[in-house]
Amino acid sequence: MTTTVTEVTEGGEGTGSPYALSHLDALESEAVHIFREVAGEFENPVILFSGGKDSIVMLHLALKAFTPAPVPFALLHVDTGHNFPEVLDFRDRTVEKHGLRLHVASVQDYIDRGVLKERPDGTRNPLQTLPLTEKIQAERFDAVFGGGRRDEEKARAKERVFSLRDEFSQWDPRRQRPELWNLYNGRHAPGEHVRVFPLSNWTELDVWQYIAREGIELPSIYFAHEREVFQRNGMWLTAGEWGGPKDGETVEKRLVRYRTVGDMSCTGAVDSDAVTLQQVITEIAASRLTERGATRADDKLSEAAMEDRKREGYF
Amino acid sequence: MSTITPEELAATTLLRFATAGSVDDGKSTLVGRLLHDSKSVLADQLEAVERASASRGQDAPDLALLTDGLRAEREQGITIDVAYRYFATPRRRFILADTPGHVQYTRNMVTGASTAELTVILVDARNGVVEQTRRHAAIAALLRVPHVVLAVNKMDLVGYEEKVFAAIAEEFTAYATELGVPEITAIPISALVGDNVVEPSAHMDWYGGPTVLEHLETVPVSHDLAHCHARLPVQYVIRPRTAEHPDYRGYAGQIAAGTFRVGDEVTVLPSGRTSRISGIDLLGTPVDAAWTTQSVTVLLEDDIDVSRGDLIVPSKDAPATTQDLEATVCHVADQPLTVGHRVLLKHGTRTVKAIVKDIPSRLTLDDLSLHPHPGQLVANDIGRVKIRTAEPLPVDSYADSRRTGSFILIAPSDGPTLTAGMVGESFAAPEPVNDDDQDGWDF
Repeated sequence: MTTTVTEVTEGGEGTGSPYALSHLDALESEAVHIFREVAGEFENPVILFSGGKDSIVMLHLALKAFTPAPVPFALLHVDTGHNFPEVLDFRDRTVEKHGLRLHVASVQDYIDRGVLKERPDGTRNPLQTLPLTEKIQAERFDAVFGGGRRDEEKARAKERVFSLRDEFSQWDPRRQRPELWNLYNGRHAPGEHVRVFPLSNWTELDVWQYIAREGIELPSIYFAHEREVFQRNGMWLTAGEWGGPKDGETVEKRLVRYRTVGDMSCTGAVDSDAVTLQQVITEIAASRLTERGATRADDKLSEAAMEDRKREGYF
Repeated sequence: MSTITPEELAATTLLRFATAGSVDDGKSTLVGRLLHDSKSVLADQLEAVERASASRGQDAPDLALLTDGLRAEREQGITIDVAYRYFATPRRRFILADTPGHVQYTRNMVTGASTAELTVILVDARNGVVEQTRRHAAIAALLRVPHVVLAVNKMDLVGYEEKVFAAIAEEFTAYATELGVPEITAIPISALVGDNVVEPSAHMDWYGGPTVLEHLETVPVSHDLAHCHARLPVQYVIRPRTAEHPDYRGYAGQIAAGTFRVGDEVTVLPSGRTSRISGIDLLGTPVDAAWTTQSVTVLLEDDIDVSRGDLIVPSKDAPATTQDLEATVCHVADQPLTVGHRVLLKHGTRTVKAIVKDIPSRLTLDDLSLHPHPGQLVANDIGRVKIRTAEPLPVDSYADSRRTGSFILIAPSDGPTLTAGMVGESFAAPEPVNDDDQDGWDF
């Protein structure tokens, strides 16, 4: 039998070493390690699944992490009631295909019961926090996977991979635990839970490159298509029942695609003719705007909009 | 970035590195310039920084604001926490752990250095090697960061004098080598002007080495592989029990060090049971061999008892198991660590009860002086501890394996991470030492 040490020495050092992992392999391995740590240490984990590209990549990684066994986690979707129909359809097909269990926390239900009130601007993103928190408490989820990435936003840049939340789901940046090596600390008191971010170290471009490499299917709205849109705060919002356009806003048909998929009321489309994955990757590599800057009205509210939402228990 | 093809980007490797230095040394300017000149700062981020700078009455955009994410940080003009930054060039993807120079300094730098393959230490060319520089070098040496870059900044303020740079580089290299830092690269730069950060300087003809970015792009990342022992901490046992896979039983984990091959004779620790690798699945694809840091599932020929927390190692290269650890630690929690403290110890994928038996010494990083029997360690203290664990652990010396020679201590009550630990001697020997002569760790 060949000795390991000799073999590795022959491989040599250097960037050209056959043992050096590509950046996508390194990120994939790190994410899989995180999923398996959670499976090993928690009782009742759940994956937040919006049907957006980051949550689709998370699910893909989870499937690979436990193959040939099924994913040992359920999915949780916070349904704002303003979802893109293409995305809801994709969600249901995915659940069906992999035989998963789906939990839904409905913002519309909270509004109908009078617990939550529609905001004057029609944006439902901030309204997701309460249904999410109450669902986590009701189902006693102790680990909740989110697709958040540190490159998205500057408050996220300081987020841990394992992020402790108190019984009100609140995030306290000063109480964060230092994370050393790959030794994640998932200890928590009853009623508390841990938000886990397997894609912490991925960038938007990494996500798209990985989607291309793995041949992962996405909802069609990520690719260029004709859509009736109107302009608000410098973004193209889709016209529809949720509340747009208002007086003075005119609808036009444009060739657009979505860089992020969230609530229809605050997710903007970008002008694009990218219809293939490679075209999307080329477009992102050349883009001069971050994906949140280009497409999210809710982050333009203030310099600390994301930090404030996170503190209250947002994704 | 628009000139990079998708194929080129997909083929790059990943380098994790950390920066150390205070605002006064120009660290934020250096980080800002790396991000800015590699075109990783996008228009809307730059506009936000310009707006924030202007609203505070600053004339020029303060690039430090790019890395200050939290409200308290912006309000107080300080950086509290490690911030992670991402950028890419056609040759490599980078993860930068930007560690602040003010509050919780040691804790943050230890955290950033724990996963770094390279540390950039900044000095001001006018001040040379100061107490803080020595502290940075000591932490890089303790954490066994394989590559250290000394960036001698503000060369424009010393007339781009070769003499100044050479003296600082020589003093630092001597000090860091003494601490056992294996590789040191000194680069004269001006982060403000941009000399030797991304573009070569037009002012320092006498310097023939790489720019900071060139060095980051070419430094080897698979440093550990050449001489390390194969180690697989078992995270999870995969048992589908489906019609298709009725008998599949795979041990899933991320290879912490070395290479495993199908056919290898292996021992499972701490039980000591042996078997042979019958298959390796690389996320669904069978392979003949796998190496660090791949996440794999290993199948064994024999149906032996293996569970989460176990360590799979080559039978011919197994570490000893022990219940008594001696280690260098960095205390990271606000509550002190005391002799007699009952804690949880997480090593690899195993968490066991443990007790702090002794704290023989505390180390002052400025001059490396030892303070015997301090009684306790408080936040940001570095010290030696002796720990007794409730169960035997298969530990390596941290010098041999950063992943299987490290551990964290956790408070059993409410769960915060208390202490980061590295098994074995604090610093590497400055010269290569024959194994037989080492009075290191007999378990």
